[in-house]
Amino acid sequence: MTFGGVTALDTVDLVVREGEIVALIGPNGAGKTTVFNVVTGVFEPDDGDVRLRGASIAGHRRYEITRAGVARTFQNIRLFADMSAIENVMVGADARHKTSVAGAIARTRRHRAEEREGRTRAVELLDLVGIGRRGEEAARNLPYGDQRRLEIARALATGPQLLLLDEPAAGFNPREKRGLIELIRRIRDTGYTVLLIEHDMGLVMGMSDRVVVLDFGRKIADGPPGAVQQDQRVINAYLGVPADAP
Amino acid sequence: MLRLINFAHSEIFMIGTFGALFATQWMGLEPPEDIHSGLPLILILVGAGLVAMAASGTAAVVLERVAYRPLRRRGAPRLAALISAIGASFFLQEVFARWRGRNPEPFPRVLAKRQLAGFLGANIRADKVLVFLAAIGMMLVLNRFVGTTRLGRGIRAVAQDPETAALMGVNIDRVITVTFLLGGIMAGAAGLLFMVTYENTVYDIGFVLGVKAFTAAVLGGIGNLRGALLGGLVLGLMENYGGAVFGSAWKDVIAFVVLVLVLMVRPTGLLGEALARARA
Amino acid sequence: MSWQGRLSRLDVRGRAADGWARLPVWARAGALIGLAAFFYVLPLFKVPLLDTPESDFASVLFYPVGVYVLMAVGLNVVVGLAGLLDLGYVAFFAIGGYTMALLGVHAHWSFFEVLPVSIVLSVVAGVVLGTPTLRLRGDYLAIVTLGFGEIIRITARNSNPLGGPRGIFGIPHPPNVGGLRFGIIDPKPYYWLLLTLLIVTIAAVRRLERSRVGRAWTAIREDEDAAELMGVPTFRFKLWAFAIGAGIGGMGGTVYATKAISITPDNYPFILSILFLSAVVLGGSGNLVGVIVGGFVVAYLPERFRGFAELRVLVFGAALVVMMAFRPQGLIPSRRRAIELKEPEPAGGLGTLPATPRQTGG
Repeated sequence: MTFGGVTALDTVDLVVREGEIVALIGPNGAGKTTVFNVVTGVFEPDDGDVRLRGASIAGHRRYEITRAGVARTFQNIRLFADMSAIENVMVGADARHKTSVAGAIARTRRHRAEEREGRTRAVELLDLVGIGRRGEEAARNLPYGDQRRLEIARALATGPQLLLLDEPAAGFNPREKRGLIELIRRIRDTGYTVLLIEHDMGLVMGMSDRVVVLDFGRKIADGPPGAVQQDQRVINAYLGVPADAP
Repeated sequence: MLRLINFAHSEIFMIGTFGALFATQWMGLEPPEDIHSGLPLILILVGAGLVAMAASGTAAVVLERVAYRPLRRRGAPRLAALISAIGASFFLQEVFARWRGRNPEPFPRVLAKRQLAGFLGANIRADKVLVFLAAIGMMLVLNRFVGTTRLGRGIRAVAQDPETAALMGVNIDRVITVTFLLGGIMAGAAGLLFMVTYENTVYDIGFVLGVKAFTAAVLGGIGNLRGALLGGLVLGLMENYGGAVFGSAWKDVIAFVVLVLVLMVRPTGLLGEALARARA
Repeated sequence: MSWQGRLSRLDVRGRAADGWARLPVWARAGALIGLAAFFYVLPLFKVPLLDTPESDFASVLFYPVGVYVLMAVGLNVVVGLAGLLDLGYVAFFAIGGYTMALLGVHAHWSFFEVLPVSIVLSVVAGVVLGTPTLRLRGDYLAIVTLGFGEIIRITARNSNPLGGPRGIFGIPHPPNVGGLRFGIIDPKPYYWLLLTLLIVTIAAVRRLERSRVGRAWTAIREDEDAAELMGVPTFRFKLWAFAIGAGIGGMGGTVYATKAISITPDNYPFILSILFLSAVVLGGSGNLVGVIVGGFVVAYLPERFRGFAELRVLVFGAALVVMMAFRPQGLIPSRRRAIELKEPEPAGGLGTLPATPRQTGG
């Protein structure tokens, strides 16, 4: 994956198995968010493929990819700021809805059923992530931690198979981070598969089934947390190799 | 640069044309013609040009202060700025309509419009040459300015990232004022050239030209000086050829159709900024 | 604190909205019916303050007031709800008008037969225009729509089948319905016809606002890329907004033509697009009540103060500038817009995707 001369990703071979929590780590600029962008269809890979359960999704429209089962949160929170928390989540739920424009005008049975279902689901998800009481507040008025959680709820509302979390714990204090670990475990136990980008090593090691390390757009390690932590190449990537090293 | 569609720019141009007209009146030149050549001609053109540029430049700065700055202060949505621009446009048009009437006013011919050369059957007239050279000259100067001077850098910085530019100590207000001033000056120069070529002006002369100018800018790619020039060139050519083929009444339609076609293929215009917009 | 600050502290709008929401359904229905009745009855009286001295009040209510309000509602779907910048809305007004004219004069169709056809034609035009252009960034879309508006007008002027510069004359009035005579003298039946269409349109748009469609539009307006990543087929919904707006515009054009008897290309100038747009922005883009008020204001004031006909354009231009300087969110901003403009954007902005130029409109 190149951008005007800069190779962002070079031969990244990444497999996520169902029910896993996989962490994607690497020094800044390694290309982690680019991976997310390629998977969700923001960029089309110059080479290679993206497959969900064997079916290729590369090159499809972004919303189609989401409907196929891939949802994400963002590094720099991208909520619909002036919609309420519930409305934000309902937009996610709408991904699965089939009411047409005509149906909406005519208020067909399907429209009403889907509206009800969307709202119920939204409330459930807000409870799941822990902000059930703030449903009617405007997203921009929520405290930072709740905003992050709202993003997760919204992504879950789209009914994904794979959930991509981009630095979900950024800016959290230790207590909030523990809460987040709980939440992600609960999400996984409900049946979702999670791929997350994180910088907090404690979080990563404590929660992931597997860790993949990127550096300069290349995968340099892939395995259980304990093994990766000891991997010399990973250590070098983070600490930097001195100029005179062999 | 400001991501603002300055609808009123056409009126700034119109003010420039009147500036040129008044200048000739002050110089005692009377329509329909009062041909000069050599040094007097140059003086006349330069003099009228300076007056026109001063008029337009001033008008542009005042416009910015009155119609756009208050909106910037409030963080108003771009649509509000557009409406304000349109309001200013109507207002200015109407002011001139009431002041000078709604009929075209003539401009004295000061340049002998001799044919200087023939080229593939086309007639190369002196005034057209003047306009052509002036356009190129202005573009070069503007390019130089934006590329090398401190203010020019400021303009480019604000175009890319106003917040960071402000944090780096760039005086946003001053940069914006300068941008408008530059735009105004160019419009004034264009006003003079227009008067030389077409020899009349009227209160709503700006509108059609303004739309064409904007179309040319979009065609070439907004935010891109060379693109604007290219866009103008392409537009002019297409219009005239299209007019020859389909009949002159359809000229304006041709222009827009070309625009839509180009934008479909290259959504950012011919030389538009490369946007990392992936295929959806 | 400024008087505006104090006023917004009172949250008149919020309280009014809450109060409204608390009323039981039957009370709300009753209020709406009462309101509708008021508007139906309006032309029968000469309300002293509202009356237009120089022209017939009822006629003014039809045009420009009623027509402008309908057009504002339609344009609001495009500009206010979906956030698309359309500077050529007059095109659909013209398409509706010319359809009525051509089918009415040459094929002798009645208004009620023409209406669905012209709505369909306008929608088709909207789709045709929108499909290649809605992927474009805001500024570009603006100029293209402007161009389209002019293309329609110029085409009408240059085509003899469309009447050329003289236009088309002899457009039939609607056939008499019930006890109502659609004649030349009495404008009231036209007004009632328009009002009925307007009410139906408003009801439909309201329902859309409250459905997944409205949510999608708001999401697109706020952050189009994020919306698409949350599964919203953004292009499709933008096209819908455009098409619906076009259809409403065509409807307005048809109704106007059937009363006007004759239309010429000069009836559809660019400034009309701007007037419609002003109605939306001045009233409060995105807010149904707001744009209705906006349509009324933009249409009505020049008529009310016809004495100052000379200064109309001048005052209009100045008014636009002043309005935007002091109250860019419009007279009755949508609740969201009111929030948007009260607090400054959080520093740092949103998003991690590379700078997509897509701006939230309006």
